Order: sequence, then C-alpha cells, then structure tokens
Amino acid sequence: MTEQILWWIFASLAVGGAIGMVTRQNPIASLLFLVLSFFSVAAIYVLLGAHFIGAVQVIVYAGAIMVLFLFVVMLLNLGHDYRPDLRGGAWLLAAFVSAGVVGYFLTRAFTEEGAVVQRGGVELIERSAERLNAVGVIAEPLFRTYVVPFELTSILLLVAVIGAVLLAKRRV
Amino acid sequence: MPIDTLSLFLAAILFTIGVLGVVIRRNAIILFMCIELMLNAANLAFIALSRSVGIDGQVFVFFVMTVAAAEAAVGLAIVISIFRHSETVDIKNFNLLRW
Repeated sequence: MTEQILWWIFASLAVGGAIGMVTRQNPIASLLFLVLSFFSVAAIYVLLGAHFIGAVQVIVYAGAIMVLFLFVVMLLNLGHDYRPDLRGGAWLLAAFVSAGVVGYFLTRAFTEEGAVVQRGGVELIERSAERLNAVGVIAEPLFRTYVVPFELTSILLLVAVIGAVLLAKRRV
Repeated sequence: MPIDTLSLFLAAILFTIGVLGVVIRRNAIILFMCIELMLNAANLAFIALSRSVGIDGQVFVFFVMTVAAAEAAVGLAIVISIFRHSETVDIKNFNLLRW
C-alpha cells in the first residue's frame, strides 16, 4: 500500500517535471524541471526493485548528463533567452496528432492481452540476489551473456569522445 | 493495478510528452532534452518489464544509458558548433536541407 502511494507521488512528479520541461521558455528552468523528472524516475526504479539502476540514474543522468547540458547553456549564454520558440499552426496540430498516435500505440502494445510474457522475473532476480548481491545480479549477465556488446560500448564511447572534441574545436 | 503495469503506462506518457516537445519546440538544446526524456521513458519500460521477464531488462538499461551519454556529448558539440556558426540555437535558421 505504501508502495502504491509513493509510486503515485513520484509518477505525478515525473509527469509534472516533463510537462514543465516542454512548456518553460527559459532553458535553465526547463533543465531543472527535467532533473526533477529524472530524480522521480530514479525513485520509481527503486520502488520497482532496481536499486543499482536507480543509483546509476541519479549519478549518470541527473548528475553528469544534466551538468553537461547546464554547461552548454552557460557557455552559449542562453540563460536569459526568453524569446518564445514554440511553433504554431500546422506544427501544433502535427505535434498533437503524432503524440496521440504514439501514445495510443504504446498503450496498446503494453496492455494488449499476452503482450507481457510472465516468466516470474521478480523471483528470478531475488534468487540470484541471494547468491550474488544487488550489483552482482546485473554484473553477472553483463560480463557473461552480454560481454561483446559491453566491449562494443567502450568503442562507442571512444568514438563519441573523439567526435565531441573534433566538432567543438575552434579550428578543424 | 500492480506498479509494474502502472509504470508501463507512465513510460508511455513520458515518451509521448517527449515526442510533443520535439515537435513543438525550436530551441536545439530543449530538443536534446526531450530526446533524453524519451530515452528515459524507454529505460522505465525496460525496468518495469524486467519484473516479469528477468534481469536482462536491467542490463539493457545500462547500454541505453551509455548510448544516451555518447549522444548527449556529440549532440551538444554539434549545438556549440552551430552556435559558433550563426550565433543562435533556434532551428528555424537551419533549413538548408529542407525542401
């Protein structure tokens, strides 16, 4: 019961933060609303039993990536940019139509009978959490089943670092 | 209703808000923030489904977070370079490839 109440509180904070992010004119206000949304989603991860992912969400998403965004807003001096940048007319119609279609199909896909396969994931996770611990539960498949994708991620990060430096450099 | 089903609905709502933001805003940085929100909604769906399928969903969230970090770094570098080129991040000024 407590779980449900906490879920509703954090879910409304997450949706409120997301709506605030889309509607604010000031990029900094928008960014802080997004951080609120990310923190609430981290709390929902913890409620769903993914404690380690919740911690990583706070550190990597709400911490590192959002600081990167904040630095760019500061670097480009956009903090007092209050000119309206909302699109109007046909764009607004297109936005609501596409959002409606996306929302409808996502809800359909998630709620369709038999769409979610029940394989007792909670029990599986709890059983391996007894043998390993909260971090080991994720580390074991990461370094056994998914070791090739894991190594490919390091190449992706290397390429991203080189690309970011090359693109942001003053004279190429 | 159990909270994993509710979380799938929440993921759909957050993704929809992200789509809405990408279409109606013109500030390039806010477009990137909306993309981050959509990736986050996908992560939430993975975590919610990991409760019925197994731990693999939580491993995928790791990869999604890595891709999001790489995407943010490269995307913001592009934003800095287009700002240097024309002193604005409003994407209505970047219509060279538009028909």
